[in-house]
Amino acid sequence: MPQILMPALSPTMEEGKLSKWLVKVGDSVKSGDVLAEIETDKATMEVESVDEGVVKELLVEEGTEGVKVNTPIALVLAEGETAAAAPAAKTAPEPAEAPVVTAEKAAEATPSAAAVPAAPKFEAQSDPDLPEGVEMVEMTVRQALNEAMAEELRRDKDVFVMGEEVAEYQGAYKITQNLLQEFGPERIIDTPITEHGFAGLAVGAAFAGLKPIVEFMTWNFAMQAIDQIINSAAKQLYMSGGQVKAPMVFRGPNGAAARVGAQHSQDYSAWYSHVPGLTVIAPYSAADAKGLLKAAIRSPNPVVFLENEILYGSTGLVPKVDDFLLPIGKARIARKGADVTIVSFSMGMRYATQATEKLVAAGVDVELIDLRTLRPLDSDTVIESVKKTGRLVTVEEGWPQGGIGAEISARVMEQAFDYLDAPVMRVTGKDVPMPYAANLEKLALPNVDEVIAAVNAVTYRS
Amino acid sequence: MARKAVATKAKTQSNVPQFTAEQDLEAYREMLLIRRFEEKAGQMYGMGLIGGFCHLYIGQEAVVTGITMASEKGKDAQITGYRDHGHMLVMGLDPKGVMAELTGRQGGLSGGKGGSMHMFSNEHKFYGGNGIVGAQVSLGAGLAFAAKYKGDGSVSIAYFGDGAANQGQVYETFNMAKLWKLPVVFIIENNKYAMGTSIERAAATTDFSMRGASFDIPGEQVDGMDVRMVYDAARRAIEHARSGKGPFILEMLTYRYRGHSMSDPAKYRSKDEVTKYRQERDAIEQVKARLIEGGFQTEEDLKKIENDIRAIVTEAADFATNDPEPDASELWTDITISA
Repeated sequence: MPQILMPALSPTMEEGKLSKWLVKVGDSVKSGDVLAEIETDKATMEVESVDEGVVKELLVEEGTEGVKVNTPIALVLAEGETAAAAPAAKTAPEPAEAPVVTAEKAAEATPSAAAVPAAPKFEAQSDPDLPEGVEMVEMTVRQALNEAMAEELRRDKDVFVMGEEVAEYQGAYKITQNLLQEFGPERIIDTPITEHGFAGLAVGAAFAGLKPIVEFMTWNFAMQAIDQIINSAAKQLYMSGGQVKAPMVFRGPNGAAARVGAQHSQDYSAWYSHVPGLTVIAPYSAADAKGLLKAAIRSPNPVVFLENEILYGSTGLVPKVDDFLLPIGKARIARKGADVTIVSFSMGMRYATQATEKLVAAGVDVELIDLRTLRPLDSDTVIESVKKTGRLVTVEEGWPQGGIGAEISARVMEQAFDYLDAPVMRVTGKDVPMPYAANLEKLALPNVDEVIAAVNAVTYRS
Repeated sequence: MARKAVATKAKTQSNVPQFTAEQDLEAYREMLLIRRFEEKAGQMYGMGLIGGFCHLYIGQEAVVTGITMASEKGKDAQITGYRDHGHMLVMGLDPKGVMAELTGRQGGLSGGKGGSMHMFSNEHKFYGGNGIVGAQVSLGAGLAFAAKYKGDGSVSIAYFGDGAANQGQVYETFNMAKLWKLPVVFIIENNKYAMGTSIERAAATTDFSMRGASFDIPGEQVDGMDVRMVYDAARRAIEHARSGKGPFILEMLTYRYRGHSMSDPAKYRSKDEVTKYRQERDAIEQVKARLIEGGFQTEEDLKKIENDIRAIVTEAADFATNDPEPDASELWTDITISA
């Protein structure tokens, strides 16, 4: 290709000044030789030759301003090539044929972003039917999580657990109790205090085919690792055109514990639910904790599994079946009702459940929905409920701005606006860092009375 | 540790390991393919066919070539940062697929959805192509963790630059890699500049081979412009890792001729410095001289190789120019896998 074109030298450059020629007609040039200097809006750059040959003609004089990208600026003939092979155009440098065709093609190809195709719709699966007369076993959320991991570790040798104090200490919150004894130190691995490093290491192991369960002692510490969770794990499948997977679970307690202050009391639900590529689960009950953690470990996708320290000791009934799996992405209707819909998840469900008991006693027929999964979000269940009740209150511990309640509110406004009989109300954590003082901490968190007040407001009861 | 470093430095200065004519020829082909491919990529960037960021490997060819020659292809994993085109070419990934990814076309290695910094191949055990400086170091240790967990005898080779060597997670990773004796070789490609900041302005200590000293990870400084030195050091480091002794650090003293990315005028270094490297240290010229002076190849033979390589690059460029963009429906694919 004998023509040297005016190059684009930055992602945004459209034209530039040909400030200086460093070769003259008759010079021999080879790959890498600097031919000219070009001034862009940002800097002076050098143009290197890619081809070998003799400079036959300089088509643009040095000092020329406003030379458009892809204009031929010189003619370099390869050994044995004759000038007749390429048309020279000293005056008014029209884009010459061969290379410009490709440039035009590129230009044509670029604005092909015509209509944005519709996003595929997520279809949630229903919970499995339990066998009739199945035995229900009472256990804590802690035991449920522990059983879920033990069962999956037994089932699949590629599953391993990694984190701070997960092995010899038996887990900072005892979620990994006895796993070391059963599965040994090759599969239950104590890490140094090094969240960024071990999160990245686990993502790499997942790329290579393993199925890591990464325990963060709390999600507060995972901010050290959030780059690896989002930039490496969540985006990998997409960036690789579907080739490289990151089948893994990041889990640990999320949200406020009690009196541990601002840096140890934060709800990351909205943060992770923002990210395409991640699955985000935040269970409330023991049964959901077990069934969803097992499903998360088997998922081919990176899963953020948000537990809650205060809920670890709460008990619930878990069906005693061989392999209790629940569908990811399906909300659970905790109570059917007709007057108002309350939507919550994780610790928010505790306030919502207690408020529901009082409201039902007061004659309000509440429909209570536990989202369980935050991404993909089961909009359908919420929308169907709102179409029935016409009123919606959301409850979460996180901050209000850009929160889960804000997202649900927006979706309901978009998809069920005409069904609403009152504005959606959000009950959230207050828009402050978590205070330490007992009275202030209580004020910063949502509470049962706030949920009741919100329901009263949307049902226009005083 | 100081003793080790001195010993190895001495070793890189004398007793230069010799290549057979076959090895020199192989290195010549691989390095020339990278050089010509990258020159073409630079040209296509100039024509607007490649967008965004484009980091060329020109000048550093001996590093990835020597290391890959010393590794087991298809078995050992490799991972690097964003200056990744050369790694893929030497590992045997299709130049057409690499170039088409640069132009964002459907035949690109990532279907056009990754770009210059994000290409991968499970088959060739190449794990990118990572855009966040330093992230590939812990990811690379994870590949080594998986190798050890599965007991498959493979080694992970994790490349990063002198700039990434100042990231915190690198040291978190060094600690775990040594603690758990992971089969990983850390390659620090020291090209002297982290974007526009020279190592002297960014690093409290500039002997990066010593960066593993507090973790008792052995390290060597290697002349990264001499493919024989690279190969020899890599062979020993990979053997060390494969034999269960844990990680090894190789600092490759190398140089990039072009700017950090396409829009970098490289005003932070002198023209003389670049010229000196190109004229006196160029990795390809060294091999070429050996092949000719040793009487193994004539100028004519090498011209033929050059023409073959230019044909490969032209074919890649043509494919990358004419291949269609990904279908609009691809916007919504590969986000998650449906269970």
